[in-house]
Amino acid sequence: MSDLATLTLAGARDALRRKKISSRELTTSFIKEVEGARGLNAFVTETPELALDMATRADARLSRGEAGILEGVPLGIKDLFCTKGVKTTAGSKILGNFVPTYESTVTRQMFDAGAVMLGKLNMDEFAMGSSNETSAWGPVISPWRRKGSNTPLVPGGSSGGSAAAVSARLCLGATGTDTGGSIRQPAAVAGITGIKPTYGRCSRWGIVAFASSLDQAGPMAHTVRDCAIMLQAMSGHDPKDSTSAPIAVPDFEAAIGKGVKGMRVGIPKEYRLDGMPSEIEALWAQGIAWMKDAGAEVIDVSLPHTKYALPAYYIVAPAEASSNLARYDGVRYGLRVNGDDVIDLYEKSRAAGFGREVQRRILIGTYVLSAGYYDAYYLRAQKIRTLIARDFEQAFEKCDMLLTPTSPSPAFGIGEKTDDPISMYLNDVFTVTVNLAGLPGISVPAGVNNEGLPLGLQLIGRAFDEATLFRAGQVIEDAAAFKARPDSWWK
Amino acid sequence: MTNRTGKLIEGATGKWEVVIGLEVHAQVLSKAKLFSGAATAFGAAPNAQVSLVDAAMPGMLPVINEFCVEQAIRTGLGLNAKINLVSVFDRKNYFYPDLPAGYQISQYKQPIVGEGVVLVDMPNGETIEVGIERLHLEQDAGKSSHDMHPSLSFVDLNRSGIALMEIVSRPDLRSGEEAAAYLKKLRTILRYLGTCDGNMDEGSMRADVNVSVRKPGAEYGTRCEIKNVNSMRFVQIAAEYEARRQIDLIEGGGKVEQETRLFDSRTGETRTMRSKEEAHDYRYFPDPDLLPLEFEQALIDRIKASLPELPDARKQRYVSQFGLSPYDAGVLVSDAETAAYYEEVAKGRDPKIAANWVTGDLFAMLNRLNLSITQSPVSAANLGALIDLIADNTISGRIAKDVFQIMVETRDAPGAIVEARGLRQVTDTSAIEAAIDAVIAANPDKVAEVAAKPKMAGWFVGQVMQKTGGKANPAVVNQLLAKKLNLPG
Amino acid sequence: MSVDEKTVRKVAKLARLAVPEERLAPMAGELNKILAWVEQLGELDIKNVEPMTSVAKMRLMRRADVVNDGNIADDLMKNAPNAIDNYFTVPKVVE
Ligand SMILES: [Mg+2]
Ligand SMILES: [Zn+2]
Repeated sequence: MSDLATLTLAGARDALRRKKISSRELTTSFIKEVEGARGLNAFVTETPELALDMATRADARLSRGEAGILEGVPLGIKDLFCTKGVKTTAGSKILGNFVPTYESTVTRQMFDAGAVMLGKLNMDEFAMGSSNETSAWGPVISPWRRKGSNTPLVPGGSSGGSAAAVSARLCLGATGTDTGGSIRQPAAVAGITGIKPTYGRCSRWGIVAFASSLDQAGPMAHTVRDCAIMLQAMSGHDPKDSTSAPIAVPDFEAAIGKGVKGMRVGIPKEYRLDGMPSEIEALWAQGIAWMKDAGAEVIDVSLPHTKYALPAYYIVAPAEASSNLARYDGVRYGLRVNGDDVIDLYEKSRAAGFGREVQRRILIGTYVLSAGYYDAYYLRAQKIRTLIARDFEQAFEKCDMLLTPTSPSPAFGIGEKTDDPISMYLNDVFTVTVNLAGLPGISVPAGVNNEGLPLGLQLIGRAFDEATLFRAGQVIEDAAAFKARPDSWWK
Repeated sequence: MTNRTGKLIEGATGKWEVVIGLEVHAQVLSKAKLFSGAATAFGAAPNAQVSLVDAAMPGMLPVINEFCVEQAIRTGLGLNAKINLVSVFDRKNYFYPDLPAGYQISQYKQPIVGEGVVLVDMPNGETIEVGIERLHLEQDAGKSSHDMHPSLSFVDLNRSGIALMEIVSRPDLRSGEEAAAYLKKLRTILRYLGTCDGNMDEGSMRADVNVSVRKPGAEYGTRCEIKNVNSMRFVQIAAEYEARRQIDLIEGGGKVEQETRLFDSRTGETRTMRSKEEAHDYRYFPDPDLLPLEFEQALIDRIKASLPELPDARKQRYVSQFGLSPYDAGVLVSDAETAAYYEEVAKGRDPKIAANWVTGDLFAMLNRLNLSITQSPVSAANLGALIDLIADNTISGRIAKDVFQIMVETRDAPGAIVEARGLRQVTDTSAIEAAIDAVIAANPDKVAEVAAKPKMAGWFVGQVMQKTGGKANPAVVNQLLAKKLNLPG
Repeated sequence: MSVDEKTVRKVAKLARLAVPEERLAPMAGELNKILAWVEQLGELDIKNVEPMTSVAKMRLMRRADVVNDGNIADDLMKNAPNAIDNYFTVPKVVE
């Protein structure tokens, strides 16, 4: 039996194929890990029986030599993905008892590829948050702690359950979704790798929508290679999603190991924020050095509209969300609080079902779309998106990828930022531009700060050029040789 | 915009003009819904024709039905309208139990079809031109039933997501009658095109009637919108009631409030919607689940090439080629089935005689039996055969009327009826001569009279026809009578 | 553009969210903070910029007019808080 403390998804895959281990054995071990880590609150629904059943079938296929890309590999699924017959809550009370009768395209593809689901992972309510503190099921506790401190820290968000579960080694990988940074930011602060692929690379069908023009699913795992393997299974055109790209999926794993020699890496000067912590600054400089060492040419580029990305995002995302969340009305599914009439029923159900941050965003979104304000807010924000996308296009005339920090700070303490929405929103300052332009971005763990907390570097690529990100991500992974692990204090 | 002054309505303070515009929702004739693969057929069990998308389950996404797009383009071409190569689907946000997503996917700023025009023939011979402002594609909502339970409304989503074309007219209509006639003409065009079945009973076509009144020449008054009126007759009644109500209101010192009203078909009245609240704010924005709808001119050209002859063109042809009166031509083209029936009857025959039979005896019979032309007991082929029997003098026009009656009752072919019943016309002059001679011999007094009063000849014709069982060829009878009675030919 | 309690009440009504009276003022404050922050977008001259319609640079996908979905009423009712005879039900709506 392999050592779970060092096992990667790729390693497990290879061991399974060489029959060094069975999926049942592996799955049984992870089920125990999950049960032993309930204190982290990473899983909202555990599905051990289903997992063992899936593992048994995976073993049968493995023995017949019919292994899929993820055959027999135990994974966690963010609770935003609808899973057939398994409760799917989106971290919200309003979907507290919702059991889909259908399977999201992404999870179906992963299960078709042999993946084993250990359960559903906690998340910020409707993916609105950067710390996993808005979940109706309580915050996820990061497995990481500051050196010599017991202060509970956030795992990042909104895919906080995914980040915590992977970094605490409760599963070999997890799905995430990223609307403004919700894969990359938690991956960075939890010391794992996560990629938000190009908008349209993964189907959105069956994923509870937050902001349709920004949402994109992606993998979170220990290594760049693990992410490449997972993304392979998650990607592809879906005729049920009009925004899914009819573009062939390359062999992502094959890109790994090709290095970056001769490639040009752009450093956007606008990402050098006033008051940026020196540890972030240092990490970035280190990343630049690694790229140079690997033979890349590093050049300065400008993305002049960067500072407008976050405010534009906080118009576009709530506006779309206010409309996407209108379907939660207590009529066909979800929480219903009875009222005197149907309007009363709506108002009470939605007030009881949605948490504070979600309500705040619904109100903002409703306001910016309302009569007389559309042009000043939504239309203006969409025009700014055009400018931001153009910035990237111009930068990519000069370089093959961009290198930036992922997050402006390491993990913070639970409750430290909850009373100031804007300071919370600033966690996404480096990631949100990528969503606005629909580009792929990967976060790779690159080091720890002086308190021992992980920090990540982000690579941004051209549309549908995830392969370059895997190539370059591996270079950072190799150079950083990130070996830090959280102490298993929760066991 | 027309500057026509329509029929004016007399009020206490003088004459008023009513101004009407229609928003017609026409269900696209398609098998599947606009954004899902669920069926559109009428009359299914509750929530049977509903997909996860139509029920707005979490994570569901729309994918457009390209046939519905083509039907909209086809309709636009039939309305002589501009087709937009780029159009955008927007979300119209509001809460209602039969609107599952909390928004309707519709088209707001950039519809698929722009301005067009519809010509409407009025019974008084006037042709009015009604401007079309736009046509856009949108989803239908589901259906709430409020009468199935004492305290609950029941929601059925079978209609949810069905493709509708909303066809918005300019306020070019000036009476309830014009509004009804416009709706009828629109339905005719849609049926010719095959883009909507126009079945108002089943909700395939509904009209929102916008009504305002003004003193002739004045600015438009405040309008009220009467929602979902579902027959031509009701459109007329609702518009007339509403115009009168507004006039009375204004003349009584009141002010018309812009509002949505409901039409009660039992009382013929309109009333304020009780459920209406604060003014709607639909928060339209482009649906981020969809991209702009773009197509090539080639698609429009291909659809254009497949268009059938439309009613206006067909009417023109009936007038110029067949020599029909504009009125008869208009009646015959008013639906595609009638026109097809007529053309079959007229084929190779005198088109005017064919028109007289179709608009005369046939329509009267269908009316009496309350049948549509497709249910006619007399087929077009049989009616044509009947006309042939008159033309070749096998029967007289008078006997033909009797034969027609028998055809209605028996559905038999006219030739067989004539043979079986011995109705063949007598053209044998000796037989007719004998009958004439007998009548003359029996009525010397009348013979004397007719010398002075040639109009009396009709009486002789009648007697001769009686004697021959109506089968005598009337022309021959007239001719021989004139000779024997020495009347001026 | 600043938001007062009355506006919050109106927006909450549009969004069908019951906001208790005592939450209106704090909520107005929270919204104003966010709105003041996004106000910086006003600095940019965007007169000649086209709004982004979609980041997906592709042609709108179409499907054929084929019936291949539906007949899942039982599934649809599985999560319904209140359903009778395959109808969803709500308190009676008066039109
Ligand atoms: Mg209307
Ligand atoms: Zn409409």
